[in-house]
Amino acid sequence: MSAPAPKVDSDSLFRYVLRLGDLSLVLGQRLGEWVGHSPALEEDLGLANIALDLIGQARLLLTYAGEIEGRGRDEDKLAYLREQGAYFNAILAEQPNGDFGQTIVRQVLIDAFQLELYERMATSRDERLAAIAAKSVKEVRYHLRYSSDWLVRLGDGTAESHARAQSAVELLWPYTVELFAADDLDRLMAENGIGPDLSEVHAAWSARIDAILNEATLNRPADRPHAWHGKRGQHSEHLGYILAEMQYLQRTYPDSRW
Amino acid sequence: MEDKRQWPLYEVFIRARGGLDHKHVGSLHASDARMALDHARDLYTRRQEGVSIWVVPSNAIVASDPAETDSMFEPARDKIYRHPTFYEIPDEVKTL
Repeated sequence: MSAPAPKVDSDSLFRYVLRLGDLSLVLGQRLGEWVGHSPALEEDLGLANIALDLIGQARLLLTYAGEIEGRGRDEDKLAYLREQGAYFNAILAEQPNGDFGQTIVRQVLIDAFQLELYERMATSRDERLAAIAAKSVKEVRYHLRYSSDWLVRLGDGTAESHARAQSAVELLWPYTVELFAADDLDRLMAENGIGPDLSEVHAAWSARIDAILNEATLNRPADRPHAWHGKRGQHSEHLGYILAEMQYLQRTYPDSRW
Repeated sequence: MEDKRQWPLYEVFIRARGGLDHKHVGSLHASDARMALDHARDLYTRRQEGVSIWVVPSNAIVASDPAETDSMFEPARDKIYRHPTFYEIPDEVKTL
């Protein structure tokens, strides 16, 4: 073996856990926008269930992040009182819902990522993260079943649904690159056995996505370099609107409860 | 004629826990059986109602005709001897 692994400082772990939690929180908030607007009552509940699973994951992760930070911030303070630049989700999660097909494509891409990520994180040397991952992986497995079933129906459906699904894939594909672009923080966690090696996650994700796209008769776009870094707090214009809506109540009536 | 704008109807049956029968809990719309299972899971097992789901196309169910209720069910009414209510139940038997 090489030299002893570098120690993980609490600030790094804090930011890493927020990356995981913010991805679920922002995606869950986005999915919540469908409630009352889905193409069918059954889908309304299906999407809301997934949103609630994601927000449940975010609660566990943000609570843990607050404890790591040790400055008395709980899940609510972290969710409702952080500025956009202190959110660390990959920006794929904050992209607009668009039509139902676009929501489904975004969901497939992130579900498959979370599945591969949590499967590996279930054996993390950080026991708390391992426990959260073990719980979440069961939820995410169902999310991917739901979203990939839909993508196959849309892609291999009518000419109209196929065209819309393909254009959603083209639109969202560039944002997937960021999920797997490992920076110092990702590497630090991988070296210490806390988080998975993202290149490994990428390979597994890629094989899974290829199989789904193939069954859906959709084409996989080429990877392109990306110039955004939601994982470092640099977001697209969309996150501000999401936070404005999500945080409105706590910012207008601080500490209100109901 | 089949209405293409609406997904077909399915009936949903849930087994609450091992050993119990599947019970009818409601219905839903879905484009095929697999989607019906997903929808049943999302609509009817949100509060841990079950461990197993059956879905059946509603049009596969053959129902008795309400107009024939009298001839179908009335004749059983005066045959109370078919109920095992004339036996003395030993105290040791808790559930029957």
